[in-house]
Amino acid sequence: MQLAVLVIYLAALITPWLFVQHQHRTAYIMALVPAVLTIWFATHIPLVAGGEVLIHEYQWIPGLDISLTMVLDGLSLMFALLICGIGTLIVLYAGAYLKGNPAQNRFLVILLAFMGSMLGLVLADNLITLFVFWELTSITSYMLIGFNHQSAEARKAALQGLIVTVAGGLALLCGLVMLASIAGSYSIQEILGSSEALTEHPLFVGMLICLLLGAFTKSAQFPFHFWLPNAMAAPTPVSAYLHSATMVKAGIYLLARLQPELGESGLWTILLSSFGAMTMLTGAFMAVRSTDLKKLLAYSTIMALGTLTLLIGIGTETAMIAFAAYLLAHSLYKGALFMLAGIVDHEAGSRDVTLLGGLRKNLPLTAILVAVAALSLAGIPPLFGFVAKELLLESMLGGAFHSFIYVFVMVASIFVVTVASVIALRPFFGTFKAPKEKEKIHEPPIAMLAGPVVLVFLSLVAGIIPGTVGSWVTLPASTAVAGGVVEGYLALWHGLNLPLLLSGISIAVGLVLFKYWDAFRSRLQVLDPIIARGPERGYFWFMDAIVWVAEWQTRILQNGSMRNYLRTIVLVFVGLTGYTLLTRYQLHWNWDVNLYFHELVTVGILVAAAIAACITHSRLGSVAAMGAVGFSVALIFILFSAPDLGITQILVETLTVILLVLVLFRLPSFSNISTTRERIRDAIVALLVGVLIMFLIMITIDVQLFEPISGYMIENSYTLAHGRNIVNVILVDYRALDTLGEIFVLALAAMGVYAMIKFNPATSPGSNHYAGTLILGEKKLAEKDIIHSLEEIHQKMLEDQNIISAGAMKDRNDNDDDDEDDSPNSSYDEDRDHDDSQAAKRKAEEHDDDAENEDKEGKKS
Amino acid sequence: MMKPGTIILYTAARFLVPLQLLFSVFLLLRGHNEPGGGFIAGLVAAGAFTLYLFTFGSAVTRDLMRVDPRNLIGIGLFIGMLSVFPAVFQGQAFLTAQWWPIMLPGGTEIKLSTPLIFDIGVYLTVVGATMTMIIALTEAEER
Amino acid sequence: MEPVMAIAVGLMYAAAIYMMLRRSIVKLVIGLMLLSNAANLLIFTSAGMTRGAPPLIPPGAVVPDGIVADPLPQALILTAIVIAFGVLAFAVVLIHRAYNILRTDNLDQMKDTDT
Repeated sequence: MQLAVLVIYLAALITPWLFVQHQHRTAYIMALVPAVLTIWFATHIPLVAGGEVLIHEYQWIPGLDISLTMVLDGLSLMFALLICGIGTLIVLYAGAYLKGNPAQNRFLVILLAFMGSMLGLVLADNLITLFVFWELTSITSYMLIGFNHQSAEARKAALQGLIVTVAGGLALLCGLVMLASIAGSYSIQEILGSSEALTEHPLFVGMLICLLLGAFTKSAQFPFHFWLPNAMAAPTPVSAYLHSATMVKAGIYLLARLQPELGESGLWTILLSSFGAMTMLTGAFMAVRSTDLKKLLAYSTIMALGTLTLLIGIGTETAMIAFAAYLLAHSLYKGALFMLAGIVDHEAGSRDVTLLGGLRKNLPLTAILVAVAALSLAGIPPLFGFVAKELLLESMLGGAFHSFIYVFVMVASIFVVTVASVIALRPFFGTFKAPKEKEKIHEPPIAMLAGPVVLVFLSLVAGIIPGTVGSWVTLPASTAVAGGVVEGYLALWHGLNLPLLLSGISIAVGLVLFKYWDAFRSRLQVLDPIIARGPERGYFWFMDAIVWVAEWQTRILQNGSMRNYLRTIVLVFVGLTGYTLLTRYQLHWNWDVNLYFHELVTVGILVAAAIAACITHSRLGSVAAMGAVGFSVALIFILFSAPDLGITQILVETLTVILLVLVLFRLPSFSNISTTRERIRDAIVALLVGVLIMFLIMITIDVQLFEPISGYMIENSYTLAHGRNIVNVILVDYRALDTLGEIFVLALAAMGVYAMIKFNPATSPGSNHYAGTLILGEKKLAEKDIIHSLEEIHQKMLEDQNIISAGAMKDRNDNDDDDEDDSPNSSYDEDRDHDDSQAAKRKAEEHDDDAENEDKEGKKS
Repeated sequence: MMKPGTIILYTAARFLVPLQLLFSVFLLLRGHNEPGGGFIAGLVAAGAFTLYLFTFGSAVTRDLMRVDPRNLIGIGLFIGMLSVFPAVFQGQAFLTAQWWPIMLPGGTEIKLSTPLIFDIGVYLTVVGATMTMIIALTEAEER
Repeated sequence: MEPVMAIAVGLMYAAAIYMMLRRSIVKLVIGLMLLSNAANLLIFTSAGMTRGAPPLIPPGAVVPDGIVADPLPQALILTAIVIAFGVLAFAVVLIHRAYNILRTDNLDQMKDTDT
């Protein structure tokens, strides 16, 4: 099974190469892949129908309990068949639909990648693997919805779909992790049957809400349904595949998967059935209002998804049978209807039913197919849709519910009949209406018709022999959802009973409503302002809020002042660590001082030097103080049994002084800018840190949470690592990987220093004088030197005299007026290259300048 | 800022630098048993070269080093990485130490090992990194 | 010894943070140096301080005789010292370059240049 998923991804991978040679015929070759997989999955039907569950184990990250194990039971088999079967037809259809589109190969690649992800999703046994595939479907669907990326509307719709589903995906991840931590396993098979432990856990409600958020956003449940109609901006094959048969059913699949574990909970029943019913009604209602064929279908899909959620929520055995049947029926007719809508759009040039009419003469086959599929949608015998609808009504009556759910279901069924009639009759009957000329409208190529023909044929066959389809395909799925063997049957004729009566009523009322559809629609326009305030408003409001919050927090937190960042970080550190110290450990002070005079002197010098480095006004003084700090530290290391550290510290200290001499004295001397108030504030912050660190040390000395690991290192240093210097053994043997990382850091720092010095126009005029970077090569330089006109020569002269660049400098930091009193500063850089003595002179000047600068700054403050 | 060295510095550098370099190799090799090791030895060697640099200037120091210090960084990292693999070929975990004791004719035993190779890598990287920085800075200064 | 060291390290941290909060970039460098020294001493002190017992195994023995100083923090600090040097060199050169281009040593004015 892992291979099945892999094969599809591989197919996606080689598509671009095939496309170069075969153009749109690539699709026909690629359709073979899902076709073969469909047959392969179909061969498993007898096994699975016999109650077996196939498990193919494969480890992925065993340390984290993440595996690629795949499971084939009734539910995943039904989904796998739908994904591969409809996938085959869609790939064929896309070949013809997008013929001549230069981006067709991209489309096929993403479509196949989506197919693989979807297949992985329904086969995965591990919750994390399931999540990974879940997100992959979100991403591929984003790319598919936004396929016409030149269209702003498509981009917007794609982004909306992505944000809604991925936000839900995040919630889902939380929910899955909670589920796994409660149940103690990431494997769905292992979680099965632990429902009691789950429902009684305190985290249960939070987990349930997270899981449902994930499932509801993916499956376009109310109030997240708005992204699905917008996603109709996608090319028709995408709508037919993702938004009817597969991706939106992922949420439903997840709910069905979890039904055996969570179905016992009352909250689950209430949430699922109420949101399902709400979604169903919203979908049906919005569908009746629409005139665009694809929108009609999209809203009726929302209705169907709501119905499926409702059925899972009802949770009785009949409901489970109805669930599987309804899911199959819906996938068959909805896939067909979407493809047919695409044909109408493709041929007649419009999808708006009010602009179409009388197409049956030009598109006879399409008209018949639409009619049959619509019959299934409306639930009229002898189609499979009827069987499913009967079961739906039966399980509704069987469930113990408030009457409002009956009303919802009835209203929805009535509306669906109306919608089905609109789809089947409006474009094809009446007087001829179409944006294109009558003569140009003709039946599409066979590849486009193949899909609808097969699906409609299956709808019909399944309706005629529901018993066989039931026992082979849907009942095993129902068994998987119910978590136990389901006794039941699917039949066209259930006898004269209440469901049949209700069915009849809904058909009759629906047809009447169709008659007055136009009038009904115009009546409904009164509601437009209310609908405009629907959940989609919430989405836009939310997106605006995100931008607003981002702006606000950037203003507050990222104001670009490093000192503010540092102060914030330091204070947060003091707050959190201090709080932990105070609450977890008592502050105590061990005055057990045992020290010698020379140690005290060393520490005294250290502290005095550190403070001196802070208060001195001269750079030389601070460098000297830093030297004293460094050597005292070295002395402390040596006094307290760390010879290696002492040596290293002394050597580094020497090199540091050299470094500071080389660089620090080319920087301006200390300027005292801050006011006394600022100084006091900063001193308080600094002292807070100091006091915290002091207590931290005192506490860490006494508290020992773990046995030190160095015991092992000391004992085995000679026997195992053959070294007597344990510190060195740790560096090059025990923790050599750390050291390896560290020498890489050192190397990087050196390369950084080198790059900053060498690729600097000021210090190395030869290399990239103009570009100043490594990436822009000599070519750029040559081009810049080419002079095209008189103005440029003039410009060049000015530049050589440092007039322009000096001016530019002036603009850049106008605060720095006092710096520019005597000399244009940028000339400093270039003169230095040409004339050493002049540079030296300027340096002297600059020195004065700095002193002056310091004075001025001091006065300013 | 670098004036030509005084005669004392001149003479001292000539004698001290080879001694310091020798000392650094000594520190490197004994590092496993006594205080020392790649980091310390590398810093000592860098100190030696820096002394030379301050006395004779960067061009002469580059001559003395023969290898561009940047290449030294690369060689050091490469040698460090080399010590990672012998264990893998032995079927052991990455970076596990391997020991190959060799008896010299005089009766002394030399222990060749991957930690030693690794330490040499550290040594070269430290020398290379330090000298890259300092030579670059001095060259910027000399211009 | 540890209480005295705790106070000293606390003061060094305070000095380092104070210097890093100043506006002059040169003071920032001094703060950085103080901070790296203070951090090394923090680790060194927290591990407990032992006199005259370096983590070395005397020739002929297999384990060190008696209690020796903890070698692990020492190994950590050793690399930390060398890396701190590398980082310091980087920071110093970066600041120098920034100064050359922007002609200011005031951090707040440097901030204004990227808008």
